[in-house]
Amino acid sequence: MKNSINVLLFLGVLLFALIIGRYLTLPGENYELAELKEKVGDKKVSSVNHSALAALQREFESPQQVTETCISCHTERHKEIMETSHWNWEEETFIKDKGVMYIGKKDLLNNLCIGVTGNENTCMKCHIGYGWSDENFDFDEYRNIDCLVCHDNSGKYAKGKGKAGYPSDKSNLTLAAQSVSSPKRSNCGSCHFFGGGGNNAKHGDLDVAMVEGSRELDVHMGVDGANMHCVDCHQADNHKIPGQMYTVSSNNTDRLNCESCHNETPHAKNILNDHTVKVSCQTCHIPEYARENATIMRWDWSTAGDLWDDKPYFEDDEDGNKTYMSQRGSMTWEKNVKPEYAWFNGTAGHYLLGDPVDPTNSVKMNTLNGEFADGHSKIIPVKVHRANQLYDADNLILVQPQLTSMSKGDGGYWKDFDWNNSVGIGMKNVNAEFSGKLDFIETELYLPVNHQVAPVEESVQCNECHTREDGRLAGLNDFYMPGRDKNDFVDIAGKAAIILSILVIIAHATLRILASRNRKKDNS
Amino acid sequence: MTNQVLIYKGFERFWHWMQAALIIFLATTGFEIHGSFTFLGYENAVTFHNVSAYALLALTAFAIFWHFTTGEWRNYIPTLKNMKAQIEYYLIGIFRNAPHPYRKNSLSKLNPLQRITYLGLKILVLPVMAISGLLYMFYRYSQNGIISGIGLEGLTAPAVIHTAGAFALIAFLVIHVYLVSTGETPASNLKAMLTGYEEVEEDAVNHNGNGGVVLPDLSEKILEKEIA
Repeated sequence: MKNSINVLLFLGVLLFALIIGRYLTLPGENYELAELKEKVGDKKVSSVNHSALAALQREFESPQQVTETCISCHTERHKEIMETSHWNWEEETFIKDKGVMYIGKKDLLNNLCIGVTGNENTCMKCHIGYGWSDENFDFDEYRNIDCLVCHDNSGKYAKGKGKAGYPSDKSNLTLAAQSVSSPKRSNCGSCHFFGGGGNNAKHGDLDVAMVEGSRELDVHMGVDGANMHCVDCHQADNHKIPGQMYTVSSNNTDRLNCESCHNETPHAKNILNDHTVKVSCQTCHIPEYARENATIMRWDWSTAGDLWDDKPYFEDDEDGNKTYMSQRGSMTWEKNVKPEYAWFNGTAGHYLLGDPVDPTNSVKMNTLNGEFADGHSKIIPVKVHRANQLYDADNLILVQPQLTSMSKGDGGYWKDFDWNNSVGIGMKNVNAEFSGKLDFIETELYLPVNHQVAPVEESVQCNECHTREDGRLAGLNDFYMPGRDKNDFVDIAGKAAIILSILVIIAHATLRILASRNRKKDNS
Repeated sequence: MTNQVLIYKGFERFWHWMQAALIIFLATTGFEIHGSFTFLGYENAVTFHNVSAYALLALTAFAIFWHFTTGEWRNYIPTLKNMKAQIEYYLIGIFRNAPHPYRKNSLSKLNPLQRITYLGLKILVLPVMAISGLLYMFYRYSQNGIISGIGLEGLTAPAVIHTAGAFALIAFLVIHVYLVSTGETPASNLKAMLTGYEEVEEDAVNHNGNGGVVLPDLSEKILEKEIA
């Protein structure tokens, strides 16, 4: 008898140990930082020292001469470049309900500086070419490819302001050409950090601080961390660089995922691995973005045009962010921003010029498609950039103003401050009708947040989502999430059943006690 | 004359108390997961809930084996005989110090109300909890085809059913704990489940639930003597 109890107890304890052991499995590969750097960090040594090449020991009269010289050895590379959206600013796209079309940064509107057409001289500072100043730019002219903006490693090369992609006069083409290497953080960042007309302004997770950033800011790119460069993840094959930004992309192709390097179940805890079917890595591992410098969360064009002594002016906040500019209106900057969240299946829709808008609703400049039930969507973190921008109040379409111009009186809003005239010119540029009646409308731009992955100890914790009120995922309501959701009927009926049971017990017990006392009295 | 009779055997007591502890722990962690309160922290609550769920499943496997090999499962055959008397006892007799309509002995230890309630727990509530709980746990894998055949599209159904079962179990637990006090003396039922023994009057055999004469469990008696 006693023995059998002992045996059973032993078996019970053994079973517990086995089950608990299942949950205490040791983590898998855990690289020390040095090993990590060895494995993934920048370690490319070029097989060619370009500064020793005879062809590059010369003065260049134009940047095109540099390109010709590059192509004299790299004879086919320009053909690769001319296939990319870095060059074309558009790609073949299938959009639900609209079909196949060619769209991209070239012609899509956004809610920052609205659109590039007509403003090429300024906007094409970030085109990898020379001289895209109007619609006559020849996309088949390989001499206009700008090799240096991506490959310069001398720091002596920069695009000029308002020069349609040509380098600034201070650039040293010879030094730049001799220094070429695989792109560094500063090459990619020279454009991608400055979207929206200021550092980190547009994306919130692409900040000039990441050139020499800390591990705290980005575990991958931190110089005290893995010290990886952009191209260590965005590994190009024949100049085709993987990675999509869904403000201008639409297709579930060429995407770059964390899983491209990490596997889908990298956690020691199974319960975390169980999440990865529905939750992207970024959702937990980017708890906040804009962690070093602020980003613009809201842009109100309606306050633009205020002048001081007939001259434009600006206001800074204490960090030097422009909170007001006569040219641009009011901008709200925020740091350490918690993302919003969305289901995303890799496809996006876009507002196309001419699409009708409803003034009572906020216009979605792009739509991230996806839902819980479609089987392949994941939850991703999103920066939603909100704006108040111009629309044609009669035709009910968004408008594209002419913002830039070479001199006063040419109609560019940033010099003339006349919306009607600027929009009239801007809409003519894109061959769209304009009624002459302008008003402002709320718009939203959805920017998936993928960078500034935080150290693991800062990851989002369970109860930040699994909580009744105000959790991070409070806005995603098309599924049942433990800890957040409940069935009201079951909860109320269940509590009522328990309370009723207790009340019945109290009544029964009281009656028993009273009856017992009465009996004692009767006996005595 | 009274007799010390072994009502609950060693394994039975072990099973009962382990089950009680696990169910109370599962309820605590479960309602934390449900969002009703914060106690161990969400992650711990989930981990411990899952571990103790497996432990309860293992315990149940042992218990099923034990019930069938010992024939104890017969205790849970429902009967209407004396059901009315038992209900009347709880509603009336207990206040008048009336005798229990049912006396337990080692072969028939459950009154008709207990039989039907515990049978309900065993064949309805606990299986529903186990199945909904396992679906809850393994829902993720529906994406990989392992349980996709049942067409589960989200946690709603398993979660709501699991929660409803949890409320039912807590209501049961509350009443069950109270009814412990309705034995011959307020402590006698508890003592029996702790020590296994209960004082049973000699003529108890005439009052048992099956109505038939039941012999004392000689084998246990002999065993006890041998050990002594």
